[in-house]
Amino acid sequence: MAIDKKTVEYVAHLARIELQDKELEKLSSQLHDILGFIDKLSELDTKDVLPTSHILPINNVLRNDQPGQSLTPAKALENAPSSEGNFFTVPKVIE
Amino acid sequence: MEFEPVIGLEVHLHLKTKTKAFCGCSTEFGGQPNSQVCPVCLGFPGTLPVLNKVALEYAIKAGLALNCTVNKFTKFDRKNYFYPDLPKDYQISQYDFPVSSNGFLEIDIDGKIKRIGITRAHLEEDAGKLIHKDSVSLVDFNRTGIALLEIVSMPEINSPQEAYEYLTGLKSILKYLGVSDCDMEKGSLRCDANVSIRPKGTIPLGVKAELKNMNSFKAVRDALEYEIERQAKCLEAGEKIIQETRLWDEKQGCSVVMRTKEGAQDYRYFPEPDLTTFIIDSGLIDEIRKSIPELPREKYQRFIKEYGLSIYDAKLLVLIREDADFAESCMQTYANNDKKLIVNWLNGALLSEANARNCQLCQLGIKAQDLVELVNFVERQEISNLSAKTVLTQMIETKKGPAEIIKEKNLSQISDTGALDGFIEEAIKENEKSVADYKAGKENALMFLVGQVMKKSKGKANPKTAQELIKRRLENA
Repeated sequence: MAIDKKTVEYVAHLARIELQDKELEKLSSQLHDILGFIDKLSELDTKDVLPTSHILPINNVLRNDQPGQSLTPAKALENAPSSEGNFFTVPKVIE
Repeated sequence: MEFEPVIGLEVHLHLKTKTKAFCGCSTEFGGQPNSQVCPVCLGFPGTLPVLNKVALEYAIKAGLALNCTVNKFTKFDRKNYFYPDLPKDYQISQYDFPVSSNGFLEIDIDGKIKRIGITRAHLEEDAGKLIHKDSVSLVDFNRTGIALLEIVSMPEINSPQEAYEYLTGLKSILKYLGVSDCDMEKGSLRCDANVSIRPKGTIPLGVKAELKNMNSFKAVRDALEYEIERQAKCLEAGEKIIQETRLWDEKQGCSVVMRTKEGAQDYRYFPEPDLTTFIIDSGLIDEIRKSIPELPREKYQRFIKEYGLSIYDAKLLVLIREDADFAESCMQTYANNDKKLIVNWLNGALLSEANARNCQLCQLGIKAQDLVELVNFVERQEISNLSAKTVLTQMIETKKGPAEIIKEKNLSQISDTGALDGFIEEAIKENEKSVADYKAGKENALMFLVGQVMKKSKGKANPKTAQELIKRRLENA
């Protein structure tokens, strides 16, 4: 699979990462190599192999519907870059 | 050209669990902002979600009631996107292995039964709430992580009314199951609609619009009506319909384009590594199936069959489970084989009282025994229909039985001819013209005189007896 600059730009945008032109070029070639390496897997016949959903051989880990301890608003907001009253605040998201 | 609308509905439902989907925070509505949050639902690094057992059971229960296949294998996936109401920057949802799929819901439309397919019902978590102020947006994460069931219909709904019936039917079933409050005002049920139109009789689907921000089932119906008309006008004017998301503005009665994001959404779903997969064994499915009560449509058919109810009466009575139970105990207590009279009271006077108080029938605090007793008083003509309604209001307000109220308020109907004679004598004396009119062949004049007697007796005269007596009196005069 060919990884061009456009694809890297697109993926960078999805991850909200800003990349310089030079970085784009470097990452394009690196990602190209990585995917080429992964592509080796397609040499295997996986016709009868189920896709892996979880790496551990365990199922059905559930908890009872019992209320636990929540944080206080003050505690919850302790790491917030900005807050107002009991709210987290962010730059306005609609006009 | 005549167009046919094609509608698909997505319903998001808060499951009525005590705690959130993946952590022990309370789901209580109306708590102070950010008081029901913890490191898990705030998406702190190093925390691990664990699925709420009851949420899974409720999802299975709803799937079964909607005639879905409950999948033997189910798993969760991450849906990735950035928005301030989503602290982890991904939503835990289900992509390729939902809890259940391939069901249907039956609705009544134009006197026929129509089956609307249900594609899937899957579990996911809710996002937080944003409040927009002048320069900032406030974020409250109390709702973040509450278990949601997303129920997706097939695009098999062909009119706004069908959409309305589908939603009403769905809500009724879900409330019977007790898996959700289904309260649109509190946001525990939300509905988005996809709608497109195509020339009637053709197969290919048109370009669809997604409608959001409808706050009631009526708003869904109105928004769909508006959108279908808008699209038809577009096509008739030779314009192209653009795929977009539109917000319904209930006050203005129209929808506006929501600012569309550049490019198509790319959610990059992948299996959620923090949760295990789930194998649903048939034992659990059977156990849950056994806990499902008689559902509204079954009850509706049984009411028609067992109690001889009309389609209209049966449909109205089964809508809410507790009310249906109350109605049934009234019908059983009522000795007459023909249940029409007691049902008329339930769907008439009692329903008006409930509507006036913004509550359900069963919340009026009336005992089945007392309602039947009241109806019996009317049947024996011991009180008039009108007085009975007054008694009913008193029963609700004072919690006393009908006999006590009738006695207290002296509401017994006067059927005793002797007691009525005086009123009749007066009415005739005071209304000579009416007497003359009646004798001249005007039947209406008789009813006027009956009205006068009713007035003089303060509504207690038995109108039939009064009419007989006046008639006899005038014809013998």
